[in-house]
Amino acid sequence: MTTTSSRRPARPAGLLAALAITAGAVLSGLPAHADEPSGGAPAATREAPKVDLVLDVSGSMRAEDIQGKSRISVAQKSLSDVIDALPPEADFGIRTLGATYPGNDKTEGCKDTKQLFPVGKTDKVEAKTAVATLRPTGWTPIGLALRGAAQDLGDGPTTRRVVLITDGEDSCAPPDPCDVARELAARGIPLVVDTLGLAHDDKTRQQLLCIANATGGTYTDVRTQEQLTQKVKQLVGRAADTHNVTPAKASGTDKCETAPVLTPGVYTDREKFSEHRVYRVPVKAGQELRASVSVTPDRAVARDYGVLLQATDTAGQELVRGSDAGSGRTDVASTGVRWSAPDAPDASDSPSAPSGKSSAAASAAGRPSADGTVCLIVSNSFAAQPGVQADPGLPLELTVDVAAASPAPDGPAMGLGRGWILLLTLTLAGLLTGLVFGWVARWRIAVWREN
Amino acid sequence: MRTTMRTPLKALRAGLLALGLTALAAPAASAASPSASPSPSASASAGPVTTAGTTFLTAATLAPGQDATVAASTGDYLYWAFAASEGQTDTVQVNVTLPPSADRTGPQTWSVELFDGLRRRQSCTAGPQNATAQQSAASVGLSCTLRQIRSWAEPWSGDPLPGTYYVRLSVGDVPQPDLGLAAQVQVHITAKGGADDAQPEGGSLKAPLVPPVNAGSTAAPGAAATGSAAPNAAASRAAAPAEPESHWYSDVFSGWNTRWFWTIAGGALAALAGVAGYTLTRHPRGRRPAGPVPAQRQPHAPQPDPYRS
Repeated sequence: MTTTSSRRPARPAGLLAALAITAGAVLSGLPAHADEPSGGAPAATREAPKVDLVLDVSGSMRAEDIQGKSRISVAQKSLSDVIDALPPEADFGIRTLGATYPGNDKTEGCKDTKQLFPVGKTDKVEAKTAVATLRPTGWTPIGLALRGAAQDLGDGPTTRRVVLITDGEDSCAPPDPCDVARELAARGIPLVVDTLGLAHDDKTRQQLLCIANATGGTYTDVRTQEQLTQKVKQLVGRAADTHNVTPAKASGTDKCETAPVLTPGVYTDREKFSEHRVYRVPVKAGQELRASVSVTPDRAVARDYGVLLQATDTAGQELVRGSDAGSGRTDVASTGVRWSAPDAPDASDSPSAPSGKSSAAASAAGRPSADGTVCLIVSNSFAAQPGVQADPGLPLELTVDVAAASPAPDGPAMGLGRGWILLLTLTLAGLLTGLVFGWVARWRIAVWREN
Repeated sequence: MRTTMRTPLKALRAGLLALGLTALAAPAASAASPSASPSPSASASAGPVTTAGTTFLTAATLAPGQDATVAASTGDYLYWAFAASEGQTDTVQVNVTLPPSADRTGPQTWSVELFDGLRRRQSCTAGPQNATAQQSAASVGLSCTLRQIRSWAEPWSGDPLPGTYYVRLSVGDVPQPDLGLAAQVQVHITAKGGADDAQPEGGSLKAPLVPPVNAGSTAAPGAAATGSAAPNAAASRAAAPAEPESHWYSDVFSGWNTRWFWTIAGGALAALAGVAGYTLTRHPRGRRPAGPVPAQRQPHAPQPDPYRS
């Protein structure tokens, strides 16, 4: 009876084990749904997308060459459609150039840009009326209007967009509107200028292409009213979709010791022709560094180009490099690298070692520095065309990520096999085993019979 | 004494039942995990994307099987992002309806390029990746087939890995007067193959190559360079492939694959062959084992078979 009582708890224990196993199976399925990516979770304080529309109301807008209608009437009709379809969250403003001064004095005419509507929540009826009453009048101070638009849009962390609708080249340079655009883009506030040309002459096109290129915008040659309406709507929509995606500003140095330390994320910087920019990223043992870089030629560059991203340890030993090269028209040259930090060294006290003395010892041991810092060196082989200014440098975008390192796979899964050879081998082995056991049994019986 | 015998038996039975349940649940769960192939229903319900990004960062995301139809200007650089998982072979097809040929002044060359999540250029195994449209042409078709996505690769290699892929459509060579004209672009991405034939077998990438798109934060150059780069859980990221569900048994049981069937079949064949081999030597039903000579056979009372005991 004593044995019975001592064994009795076995029953609840068995049930408990069964419950635990099934509960574990059920529960483990649940968290998989909980950590789904939330698709760009909105930040707590989110700035509204800001768009400023710069409309050319210079005298040349009177020309009637778009499907038989005057340029200004086409622009007014399209704008009215665009204002009707504005996304509710967008801050929208309008600035005019050449709308007020009808005279011939260039200095006066070239100051003629004014804010028609401040950037903010737009009263659609008022805005449409204001646009409809515009009459083609004066000069074309595009550069000044762009500066004004940048002021209208103000400072902030998110991307601002200027939509420039014009029919003629700037008649007021200097300032050259293209230089103004590059200067605004380099100011540190993300600003994109999209240009739409209503005239089709070469000089206008070149100027508008240059402005768009300098700020990462697009250029559209407007041939019909539908095209204009559709394009401006698309640009406003694009502003609403992507304004929140802005990199942080970093400024790399020329040496690793003084380089800024980056955490995972996206950064922007400026790099001159043939300049090297260095950044540092801490990578611990068992982690993998992922970095990519894009260099944008925002001015006229030579036909062939390249970009190089090197990862080195603090002693200057190269770990990995990524490069890309190309030729012809491009908006960006990009490359990336992956690098896995070696697993934690056997001596467990080395991570706590002071980082000052570690680099020499670590490089002697063939490892990157024990503090796990990797230097990223970005260089480009763009070359400026004659007469192109080198300052400010080319826009550079650097993406840094640190993820768990993936060790090399240890062969096919769990010793399972596949294929006809496997079947044959197993069958033959089975057969041989059967034969051996059979013979052993037969021999034993023969021995038994003899006795 | 009866109870003592039955309690452990019951416990054993309960445990077996639980094991059976989980074993049953396991293949069902792995079958329910999102498969890599694009589902036609998703594309039908989502409708085509009508936007395109203008940079890697702002690339418009395409769901599996979803198309993009975008009004563009000649000379724009258009970006889309899609997610690819291991074992897939993705093909990007682009059709560009060119501006009216009366407005154009010469031939133009369009090209489609693919980049992985680290913005590394990926080669196409089939094309045409670039196509030149003559002035009279009304449209131009491009396509690019990516290499099969590998399940794992050396960090130093440029092999395609699971994660985000970027499509860039651009005009490489065009007379300047033709820039800015309206064009219509259609993008279609198909994927074939699945995780079963991903190479190398048993390899896995701990985190897919999905780049962060959030702004980073810089520490001062003098700051200690350790510990600040913990992977940021709040980071927002580009298009990521659907992750297979992970379970408590995921580390032990990697899911059903054909190796299981081969191995189980091999085991069964081996067992059969073993029995057959044993029977061949040990159970000669018609014969006698070596022993007394046949001449001593007695015609009367049949001797009981010595092996029937």
